[in-house]
Amino acid sequence: MAHSLVPVTPRWPGVAVAALVLALTLGTLAAVGWRAEWVGGLAPADWAAVRFTLVQAFLSALLSVLLAVPVARALARRGFYGRDLLITLLGAPFLLPVIVAVLGLLAIFGRGGLLNDGLVWLGFQPVSIFGLHGVVLAHVFFNMPLAVRFILQGWLSIPAERFRLAASLNAPVGRLLEWPMLRSVVPGTFLVIFLICLTSFAVALTMGGGPRATTVELAIYQAVRFDFDLGRAALLACIQFGLCVVAAALAWGVTGNDPMGAGMDRVVQRWDLPRPVVDYAVIAVAALFLLLPLGMIVVRGLPAFPDMPATVWAAALRSLCVAIGSAALCVLMALALALRGGAMVSVVGVMPLAASGLVVGTGAFLIVFPFVRPADVALLVTMLVNATLALPFALRAIAPTVDQINQSYGRLGLALDMRGWTWLRWVVLPRLRRPLGFAAGLAAALSMGDLGVIALFAGQEQETLPLAMYRLMGAYRMETAASAALLLVVLSFALFWICDRWGRGRVEM
Amino acid sequence: MLRCENLVLQQGAFSLCADVVFARGKVVALIGPSGAGKSTLLAGLAGFLAPVSGRVNLDGIDVTDEEPGKRPVSMLFQDNNLFPHLTVAQNVGLGLRPDLRLTVAQQEQVTAALAEVGLAGMEVRKPAALSGGQQSRVALARVLVADRPVVLLDEPFSALGPALKDEMLDLVKSKLVAAGKTVVMVTHDPADARRIADMVALVDAGKVHAPVATDALFDNPPAALRAYLG
Repeated sequence: MAHSLVPVTPRWPGVAVAALVLALTLGTLAAVGWRAEWVGGLAPADWAAVRFTLVQAFLSALLSVLLAVPVARALARRGFYGRDLLITLLGAPFLLPVIVAVLGLLAIFGRGGLLNDGLVWLGFQPVSIFGLHGVVLAHVFFNMPLAVRFILQGWLSIPAERFRLAASLNAPVGRLLEWPMLRSVVPGTFLVIFLICLTSFAVALTMGGGPRATTVELAIYQAVRFDFDLGRAALLACIQFGLCVVAAALAWGVTGNDPMGAGMDRVVQRWDLPRPVVDYAVIAVAALFLLLPLGMIVVRGLPAFPDMPATVWAAALRSLCVAIGSAALCVLMALALALRGGAMVSVVGVMPLAASGLVVGTGAFLIVFPFVRPADVALLVTMLVNATLALPFALRAIAPTVDQINQSYGRLGLALDMRGWTWLRWVVLPRLRRPLGFAAGLAAALSMGDLGVIALFAGQEQETLPLAMYRLMGAYRMETAASAALLLVVLSFALFWICDRWGRGRVEM
Repeated sequence: MLRCENLVLQQGAFSLCADVVFARGKVVALIGPSGAGKSTLLAGLAGFLAPVSGRVNLDGIDVTDEEPGKRPVSMLFQDNNLFPHLTVAQNVGLGLRPDLRLTVAQQEQVTAALAEVGLAGMEVRKPAALSGGQQSRVALARVLVADRPVVLLDEPFSALGPALKDEMLDLVKSKLVAAGKTVVMVTHDPADARRIADMVALVDAGKVHAPVATDALFDNPPAALRAYLG
């Protein structure tokens, strides 16, 4: 009889989670597909949505990567005071609620924003941010920092000895070292961002709109929420799923790096750097582009902060509950899957990347529609969907450490007859604390800022903070919206910080 | 005594045959070139590797199908013998109860074992606060409290300096042999074998040879051992 090489933990939690994830991704899709009226086919407007989705994702990814390369290069070869802080900050947009960033961008580029004030003052016509360029602008704001982190990691993965060798040979560093690195890093970065932009809903909802700037996700939302045309929503959901599966399969295959990973705190000594001015200018422009919109939120939000209506505070409380519940659920699911291990789990773990929140939401809507009023379970469904959508990231944070624990201590645990709960409690959980805290923080912050499924379901009494903010913006109450944004961003980062901080507690590794 | 009956172990393309007896209360050193199968044999004896055929028998009881944790066997690995996040006392206590629900008597037993290996008063430290030699002593204390009749050493002291290694080997001899344990140890170094082993078994070309008295073997080494020793 063959023995297991790691202490045995029960297998049913992993199986149950896998079933739940499959039900939420493929099951909801099936529920949607079953309701679809296939006879009608796609209207010209739907084709336009598909086209717009692809075009904006392509442009967003392209611009993000193109702009990220000089920034990453400057960061890779210059050391300066505040560099670590800036790099940490580059990870922040991943956690930043989309709606907050949109409001910040509007404060700069929008109708009453700084840019148009300047243009008018100079005697030019004001420009409108809404439409394709607004969507792309917001996506670049979010994804350029992500691209910088990916590419910077590529730059720093070139061993210092190579630069030394190149310098001693007087060889061109660009062609010899940097170009091959970029060629291996950039395609994956591009695809990841392309995928993120494909599924982006809140940006299109706020910056796009109108027949010429509607994404598939937005079209699904409109079909369900306004036209109540479930058949059309289902058809669009299937298209969206197909697009995402293709992009996710490509992206997951090409990338291996964790963009949130550590190890970017060093500057490689270089011998080929004549002009520091250009590098510092690039870094300054990038930092301004990222910080100015956030600064505007603070400037505009702070004065009205004390006068925020009670409904916003109530929404904030609801959001906190959803975020904490979603984080707990997400971490439990990721842990169950990571302990189960195996190829099936890694497939299940990436499924949510291909599922868009609105597809899952629509499916869940169709499933619960006959039994309960969707608004009654809006928060519960949101929690579940948020947990599922954050699962791939949580799993990526946890699974490598679980493997490492098994590899280093599996035999020792077996020899000491540790198993099940004993093994979990005394070995796995203490050693997993750091990635667990990080994953929980990530899931909580993502859930806190999510404006997706909830927009489909919620009435006034189920409003979350991002939704409340969106409705305030819709009512042109921009000052109050900015205050709510400030609250939202503080809560999101506080949740992440608390969880991550807990994970970094003193544990000898 | 520990008996391998026509034991065949397989790891990938490599296979190892063993039909040998390890006498009770003796220290037997396994010596031979790298890749000859020394660690494979220990993995088979400890239960980490299920044999293709043959049996492992301890004092007349067949333990071939026992899980590693249920076997009357303790093992010290090359590394990772301690959990770095647990205290010294907890690491030792695992040898008594894997879920660490120790009775007062068992806690006293842990304290006594630590004193015995020269670590009195170090209960609440973490392994990182100990030297390499002290960490080995903690692992040895756990073997003492676990009190299983067979102890397998897979070069647990190879990362220590020569003086420390000799010290640990002497400690193994004085504590484990005194407690009547059967010790099987892997080594590369004939000096280790001469220092504490009663007998030496040559492992070479996929076969475990019968143990021979240490001095007799080294004084008149067979061809295969001569080739290894150079």
